[in-house]
Amino acid sequence: MQITWKWVAPWLLVLALPACVTINIYFPAAAAEKAADRIIDDVWQLKEKTAPSTPAEEKDK
Amino acid sequence: MKRFITTCLLLGGLLTSVLAYAAADLEINTPAITSIKSSMQARHGQLSSFYANGAVGFTRDGLVAVRDANAVPLAQRQNLNALVAAENNDRNALYKEIANANSHPEWESEVRSTFAQRWIQKAQGGWYYQDGGGWVKK
Repeated sequence: MQITWKWVAPWLLVLALPACVTINIYFPAAAAEKAADRIIDDVWQLKEKTAPSTPAEEKDK
Repeated sequence: MKRFITTCLLLGGLLTSVLAYAAADLEINTPAITSIKSSMQARHGQLSSFYANGAVGFTRDGLVAVRDANAVPLAQRQNLNALVAAENNDRNALYKEIANANSHPEWESEVRSTFAQRWIQKAQGGWYYQDGGGWVKK
């Protein structure tokens, strides 16, 4: 029984490695959308930067 | 059995790290991208009034184009064209830089089409964009 499991581990590794490569080759659409949103928010200043506004809010409290 | 459980845990950890890597964000914090962004940010103050009056609209390839030069007084048209050209230079450079920053220059066109959709999605009501048939008012 133990021998069987010893063989399973390397096979899983072999299966996992190509997954890394595949992921890198295909365009990460969701991540790109997120990146685009962040850049557009910055360029159009759609969202106030959180850093300066947080202390002000705390002062109000 | 103990060893089996340990092996499973190790493999589980490995697979999780692989998945986490897959979900990682695109690199957008390079000096080149930051400088393009700030140049576009500075220009947006002038461009936004042209978006609002319909002089400039968003194209399907992630750029901007003069849509109705008549919306702008004659004296300002030179400025309008220069702004649009400068903005498109920055946008083209931005898409290229993002692809390069992530070590996949071939992603440029996909980055561009992602941006094309997101610019339009985030545009204010009343701004114009191009779809298959021509200019559309959002």
